[in-house]
Amino acid sequence: MLQIENLHASVEDKDILKGIDLQIGAGEVHAIMGPNGSGKSTLASVIAGNEDYEMTEGNLLLEGEDISELDPEERAHHGVFLSFQYPVEIPGVSVTNFVKTAINETRKAQGMEEMPAAEMLKKIREKAALLEIDRKFLSRSLNEGFSGGEKKRNEIFQMAMLEPKLAILDETDSGLDIDALRIVANGVNKLRSENNAVLVITHYQRLLDYIVPDKVHVLMDGKIVKSGDKDLALKLEEKGYDWIKEEVKTA
Amino acid sequence: MSLKDKLISSYMAYEDSLDQEHLIHDIRSAAIKNFENTGFPTRKHEAWKYTPLDKMLKADYTVFPKKSNTLEYKNVKQYFLHDVDTYKVVFVDGVYSSFLSETTHEGIDVCLLSSALSKDKYRPVIEAYFNKAAETDSITSLNTAFAKEGAYIFIPAHKEVEKPIEIINFATGSEAALMIQPRNLIVVGENAHVQIIERHQSLAEHPILTNSVTEIFAEKRAYIDYYKVQNDVETASLIDSTYIKQERDSNCRVHTFSFGGKLIRNNLNFYQQGQHCDSTLKGVTIIEKKQHVDHSTLVHHQSPNCESHQDYKGIYDDSAVGVFNGKVMVDKIAQKIDAFQQNNNILISDKATINAKPQLEIFADDVKCSHGCTIGQLDEDALFYLRSRGIGKKEANALLMYAFANNVLESVKIPELKNRINGLIADKIGVQLGFDL
Ligand SMILES: Nc1ncnc2c1ncn2[C@@H]1O[C@H](COP(=O)(O)OP(=O)(O)OP(=O)(O)O)[C@@H](O)[C@H]1O
Ligand SMILES: [Mg+2]
Repeated sequence: MLQIENLHASVEDKDILKGIDLQIGAGEVHAIMGPNGSGKSTLASVIAGNEDYEMTEGNLLLEGEDISELDPEERAHHGVFLSFQYPVEIPGVSVTNFVKTAINETRKAQGMEEMPAAEMLKKIREKAALLEIDRKFLSRSLNEGFSGGEKKRNEIFQMAMLEPKLAILDETDSGLDIDALRIVANGVNKLRSENNAVLVITHYQRLLDYIVPDKVHVLMDGKIVKSGDKDLALKLEEKGYDWIKEEVKTA
Repeated sequence: MSLKDKLISSYMAYEDSLDQEHLIHDIRSAAIKNFENTGFPTRKHEAWKYTPLDKMLKADYTVFPKKSNTLEYKNVKQYFLHDVDTYKVVFVDGVYSSFLSETTHEGIDVCLLSSALSKDKYRPVIEAYFNKAAETDSITSLNTAFAKEGAYIFIPAHKEVEKPIEIINFATGSEAALMIQPRNLIVVGENAHVQIIERHQSLAEHPILTNSVTEIFAEKRAYIDYYKVQNDVETASLIDSTYIKQERDSNCRVHTFSFGGKLIRNNLNFYQQGQHCDSTLKGVTIIEKKQHVDHSTLVHHQSPNCESHQDYKGIYDDSAVGVFNGKVMVDKIAQKIDAFQQNNNILISDKATINAKPQLEIFADDVKCSHGCTIGQLDEDALFYLRSRGIGKKEANALLMYAFANNVLESVKIPELKNRINGLIADKIGVQLGFDL
């Protein structure tokens, strides 16, 4: 599904990602953990096509196709979805209208007709129910005045509506209470299939109890320094990152 | 000959055709003297510092068109709110068009100023209101001197007018260059309600200079919604002076949508003469190329316990120039005033400029006055957020501009007008999106 080879990226001439290799197969869930400032969100932004970051070296392929030169919207049309660590507040645009616009713009780009209004409504109801989102909430301005947890839940609602091939969840668990965490994780699991993949960025093992990863990677100073199975996350939770830093030093 | 000289000699010829005994004749004479003494304002006048008129005044304007022109409804239908039933007062090249108009005298008067000026039965109203709100600055004086035609609207007490009233001035372009000076007089009686839409529209790309003056009187508890739709062609300029006198407990709201024209100057003046008045001034300006839009507002709080709300949004592309001069005056006796002023601007291009100057003159000590002004670009993070959801760059830009302007549109009370404005914004931004806000 996603193939990243020797990816380097910089912002304002400052190197942040320094050679990342990552392969995620269809149907898989991978987790990325790592200390603050190690480059996790930067990696997510680069995959999603944020123009603030320059990809200076390497390959970025989705289903075998080079997406590194595509605009963010084109990547979205190819099935990339990023759940933002800090979702942006957009006063004046309601959640419903935003989601409708996003879906129809994507369909237009894919040469499809707009989604019929009744189908759209049904889908909105279904996905809102899945994420236990109140209907009133959907007529509010996008993210404006939402609590931290509401913002994250709204991100996953959008993901559920857009049904992406590759979903990147950047610290979606932060800000969620225990019940919300379960609901959101359940929402993500419902969307999993053999045809899509999920990249979970998190600091905590807790989320991975619900969304069980096939692989866990540790990102430090712009590089993946260790990969393992889900037990690696448990070990990190218990021991922190120091032992990995030691390993890297001695290697 | 300069335009000033031409206007003065035209006035002399025009005066010969007038009834010198008419009750407004002295007002006219005083007004032309005023204009003769002061002439057109220049950039030396503080109030016109950012809006130079000199280039615009160079065209050889015809002041009184030689022939009257007719228009077919089907060719201008798009400029009317054609999907709702409305009263209409329509002028073509400054001359009343009975064919396009729908006036009334049933319970209310929606007709022509020229007939109100000439008929005895309107005399008390003319005497009580004509030129009683307008200022004596040179531009307004010029209009007053030539005041001849425009809309006359009189709503008696307790009357709720169901149908909106449209005042439309068309210019056909039959003259190489034309100057028009409409004069509207609107009196809304105690507890009466009315909705009015005003539009100036040229149908050809000829220089048009409109110097329009509107006087509005809101009696006790009157409720007025006034909408100005300014989406003219690139050769048309408009100086629009509106004077609103409010008696106690009245509520007046003026929305100004400025999307087109060469140069637009809006002088919007509110005078709160009784307690518990509520005044709202809102505007959306979206301009590009070398367009110039100036909003000069005045809210004069002359009585205690009143409110005013100003909210102007502007989006400027290319070398467009915006001006916002917002003046709030609070007299000493006007305690417990709540005056709010907000002016937010987005510059799309780095050649676009905005000159914003709030002016507060407060002589009362127990007042709440707030004003805020922002100038910025579209939020890059928001843009990326929208694009990452599959919304194209242009559409995402448009969506953010809509969102930016939305709270001004929110208070438009006529749904068809709101749709129309949404449509104009979409056209202006050059996208059609399948959403409504
Ligand atoms: N737009 C930017 N301009 C300047 N520096 C940036 C920018 N974006 C990221 N950086 C820097 O790049 C480094 C990596 O940031 P990034 O947000 O990717 O970290 P992270 O691993 O997601 O951290 P956290 O766990 O705190 O979310 C940091 O040092 C950060 O300050
Ligand atoms: Mg981060």
